[in-house]
Amino acid sequence: MARDPFSRSVVIAGVAESECGKGVGLSMLQHQALAAKRALADAGLSKGDVDAVMTTDVVGLPSLQIAEYLGIKPRFTDTTITGGSAFEVFVEHAALAITAGLAEVVLITYGSSLWTDHRRLVEQGGVDPRMPAAQFEMPYGDLSPIAGYALAAMRHMHAFGTTSEQLAEVVVSSRRWAALNPKALLREPVSIDDVIQSPMVASPFHKLDCCLMTDGGGALVITSTERARDLRARPVFLIGSGFRSTHLTITHMDDLTTTGAVSSGRQAFARAGLKPKDIDVVEIYDSFTFSVVVALEDLGFCKKGEGGAFVGQGRLAPGGELPTNTSGGGLSYTHPGALGIFLVIEAVRQLRGECGNRQVPNAQVALVHGIGGWLSAHATLILGA
Amino acid sequence: METQRPLPKPDQDSVVYWEAARRHELLLQQCGACNQFRFYPRSICPNCLSDEFEWRRAAGRGIVYSFTIIHRPPFPAFRDKVPYVLALVELSEGVRMMTNIVDCNPNTVEIGMAVEVTFEDVTEEVTLPQFKPAKA
Repeated sequence: MARDPFSRSVVIAGVAESECGKGVGLSMLQHQALAAKRALADAGLSKGDVDAVMTTDVVGLPSLQIAEYLGIKPRFTDTTITGGSAFEVFVEHAALAITAGLAEVVLITYGSSLWTDHRRLVEQGGVDPRMPAAQFEMPYGDLSPIAGYALAAMRHMHAFGTTSEQLAEVVVSSRRWAALNPKALLREPVSIDDVIQSPMVASPFHKLDCCLMTDGGGALVITSTERARDLRARPVFLIGSGFRSTHLTITHMDDLTTTGAVSSGRQAFARAGLKPKDIDVVEIYDSFTFSVVVALEDLGFCKKGEGGAFVGQGRLAPGGELPTNTSGGGLSYTHPGALGIFLVIEAVRQLRGECGNRQVPNAQVALVHGIGGWLSAHATLILGA
Repeated sequence: METQRPLPKPDQDSVVYWEAARRHELLLQQCGACNQFRFYPRSICPNCLSDEFEWRRAAGRGIVYSFTIIHRPPFPAFRDKVPYVLALVELSEGVRMMTNIVDCNPNTVEIGMAVEVTFEDVTEEVTLPQFKPAKA
C-alpha cells in the first residue's frame, strides 16, 4: 500500500478546549468560539490567517455558521457528518486541502451544550422521521445509541467469552488516568465491582460502562509543515490516516464483532510505515467500554476475540504497556456529544510533552481512533512528534 | 402514555410492508435480478442496484443473532415495559431485523434461540411485527 500521501507535510499546530463540564452555561456557538480563540493562540496564529473552516453537528449550514460567528471568510470548508469520528476525518480532509494548495490554515471546531439540552434531545429520540431507523428501530424501544453498542458487545461475549469484568477494566484504567487530569469530571477511583454494581442500562452495559454526558467544545488548527516552521508550539505531524464506514444502523453491520477499524487502521499503519508495537499512546473513542475492546482488536493491538483479556492487568492504565485514553476519555474526562476532537487534543499534548502528571514518558507516536454512529464510521490517525 | 411511543410513518418504500403488518403478514422484498432478499424495504437492491423486486411473504422464522435487555426506557412510553428485550433476529430468508422478543421472560432469551413472528397491534392504524420463542 502507498506510503503517507501527505509526506509529513501537514501538522497540527494548535489545540484547545472551551470549558467542559455539566452546566457550563455557554451556548453551543460560544463553546466553539472560545475553543477556536484558544487554539489559535496556542498555535500563535491569528484569525486572519485562517482560510478554511470545518465543523459538524451545528444546526443549519454548520461551517458557514461558525465562520460567520468568528468573522472568517473561508476559501475552503467541510461539514462532514460521521458522528464522533468527524474530527479525525476533518484532519485527513484538512491535509488533503493543504497539500492540494486549496487552504493553508484550517480551523476545526466542535461545541455542544449536550448536558444542558439533554432532556430535549432524549424526547426527540435523535432520529429524523425520514430515516428508516425511525420506522424499523425506534418503535421497538431502541435505546439509541447505547443499545446498538450493547448488541455488538453481547455478540462479542457470546462468540469469544468476553466478560463484564473485562469490560469494567476499561473503566478502572480510565479513572486512573482521570485522577491525573485536573480537568477530568470523574476522578475518584473505581473498582471492577463498582462498575458491575452500578445500575444496568442495557445489558451488558451498566451505568459506568457508558460515557459521560457533558457540555464542552474543542478546536484544532492544522497547517503545512512549512507554515508551522516559525510558529510558537511544537508541531505534531500527521503521519498516517485511514477511514472506513461499513453501515449506519446496527441492523446492517455484517458481523457485530468486527468493525471498520480493521480497514481504517490498516490504511493508517501502512501510510505511516508503522505497526501497533510502534505506538506509544492510544486515544480511542470510548463511548462505551466495549468500543475500546473491539477497536484494540481491530486495530491490531491484539488478536480478534482476545480484547477482553488484553485490557486487564492495568495494561491500558498509567504505567501500563499501552497507555490508552490518557485524559480519562469519554468515560471519565468529558463527553459533550462527540468526543473525536478531544482525542486529537490529548494526543497532541502527549506528543508535545505537556501532560504533567499524566505524561507518557518519551511519547513519540500516538494513534487516535474516532468512531461514529453505531460502530458505523471509523477514522484512524497516526500522529508523530 | 402509549401515544408517546414512536410509531412508524410509512413512506413510499414501506407502505406495502406496514399495510401487510396490519393484516398480520410479514412481507420482504426479493430482488427480481439477483434474487436476494433485503430489509428494510427500499427502491433498489443494495446487492445489484436492480429496481425490479417482488414482495414475498416471509416464513416468519429466524434465530436471535444478538439481544440486549433494556432497563432504562428511551421514551416515557416504555417506562412500564422495562426490562424488555431488544434483539436482532436473522430470518431464514437471510435478512436481519430489529425486534423485541416478546411472550417470554427476558432472562430466558439466548443468542441462537429459534424465534417466530407474531404481531403487536399498537394502535388501530399500526401493527408491529414482533418475535417470540418458536414452538418446539
